[in-house]
Amino acid sequence: MKKTADVIVVGGGAIGNATAYNLAKNGVDVLVLEADEVVGNGGSSRNGGGVRQSGRDPRELPLAIYGIQHIWPNLKDELGMDVEYHREGNLRLGRTEAHRAILNGLTDRAVECGLDVRMVEGDEAREICPYLSDAVLCASWCATDGHANPMLTTLAFYRAARRLGAVYHSGAKVTEIKKQKGRARQVVTEDGDVYEADVIVLAAGYGSRAIANTVGLEVPMHTQLMEVIVTEGVAPMFWQMLGTADADFYGHQSDHGSFVFGITGGYEDFSTAVRPVSSSIAASSACRVILGYFPILENLKIVRSWAGWIDVTADHVPVFGPVEEVPGLILVCGFSGHGFGICPTAGLLLSELAQGQTPTLPVDAFRYDRFKAPA
Amino acid sequence: MNDRSRDIGTFIPGADDDMIICRCEEITKGEIRRAVHDGMFTIAEVRRMLRCGMGLCQGQTCARLVKGIVAAELGVRGTELESASARSPMRPIEMRVLGRDQ
Repeated sequence: MKKTADVIVVGGGAIGNATAYNLAKNGVDVLVLEADEVVGNGGSSRNGGGVRQSGRDPRELPLAIYGIQHIWPNLKDELGMDVEYHREGNLRLGRTEAHRAILNGLTDRAVECGLDVRMVEGDEAREICPYLSDAVLCASWCATDGHANPMLTTLAFYRAARRLGAVYHSGAKVTEIKKQKGRARQVVTEDGDVYEADVIVLAAGYGSRAIANTVGLEVPMHTQLMEVIVTEGVAPMFWQMLGTADADFYGHQSDHGSFVFGITGGYEDFSTAVRPVSSSIAASSACRVILGYFPILENLKIVRSWAGWIDVTADHVPVFGPVEEVPGLILVCGFSGHGFGICPTAGLLLSELAQGQTPTLPVDAFRYDRFKAPA
Repeated sequence: MNDRSRDIGTFIPGADDDMIICRCEEITKGEIRRAVHDGMFTIAEVRRMLRCGMGLCQGQTCARLVKGIVAAELGVRGTELESASARSPMRPIEMRVLGRDQ
């Protein structure tokens, strides 16, 4: 059984798989250790599938733009699996003047970053998406945003990485990174297995925190529950990604025909669940909200609900890059709910960093040590 | 620990590969078998890739069949495979009805 590699990736989620894929494509000997029995069982398979630029922190924006221009359009062919990517725009909807003020602010900040976002009135929003309620007063519109299928994308990177020779061990929960001669060198699992590599990429979502602690690193982050409801499949109606000024739901129609809606019950911060489980109140609350924007969906049936964790950092931007104190370690975590859309770009950059190359885009803004005590 | 590189043999086409296993999503036995050979070693991965068990009945018809096929392909007993998570609601329910619950 394989115990050594050039690069060990800890975490077989969207980020870890995309990294492993890019490394394997470059002929690097790569081993992926996934704690769960299921590959991509964390946030990678449990998100709304947004591939957005609008609404992003300016630090993340270059990664999102790069992915949308250079990776997402060809990903289906590159990975040999239809990841159901649609670049048909993002509508962020408002029904009140207060909503308009929120959307104006978001739009102004996005325009400052050079993004092609603008405000549209209700009638123009209904031209873009004719199924919207007449109650929609205005919206922000970013024509180059979109969505994809996160489960397929995660598994497509996994399958492609494996086909290129990446080795995967699932059910291999990493508990510790050990240094040798000052460098990160060994990875120890719960079962007592010891793996060795020249470079270790720690991409284990919230799990990265405890592992990073074993080499003296701490990232201020916490988990937050996110919930989704899924409808039965119906004939295609529209391909835009949707959101609201209040952020009380987001979603899209999938290729399958079902609608996938990210929802909120208002008490996500107080979940005590050990596993992410759907609450009893969010689905009903969200149905009321969604029907306020899309009354036409009232007879559509909800067939499924699910929940996941978001790993949120103190400033809602990921930690991403090599760690100077621990040479050989690359830390990547805390995508704060916006990781999926930028996972192809992140995988490219991480593979470049793991090979000692200058990354295609700078990652300095994501430094692990940016969290300072108040002055 | 599950070594995903372990040898499960090559995919051999079967005479009944065109048989539909998941009726809601029309997924065949051959598609499920191929997915296992593509590295989908768990029910959750097979389901997420193919959608078997994600239709109107949420796998209440095909879950056992899918598990049997995946287990046979991996050469393990069905009891060694974790079932896919059951998801609420138990029956499909209209948004206008679900939305009435305060």
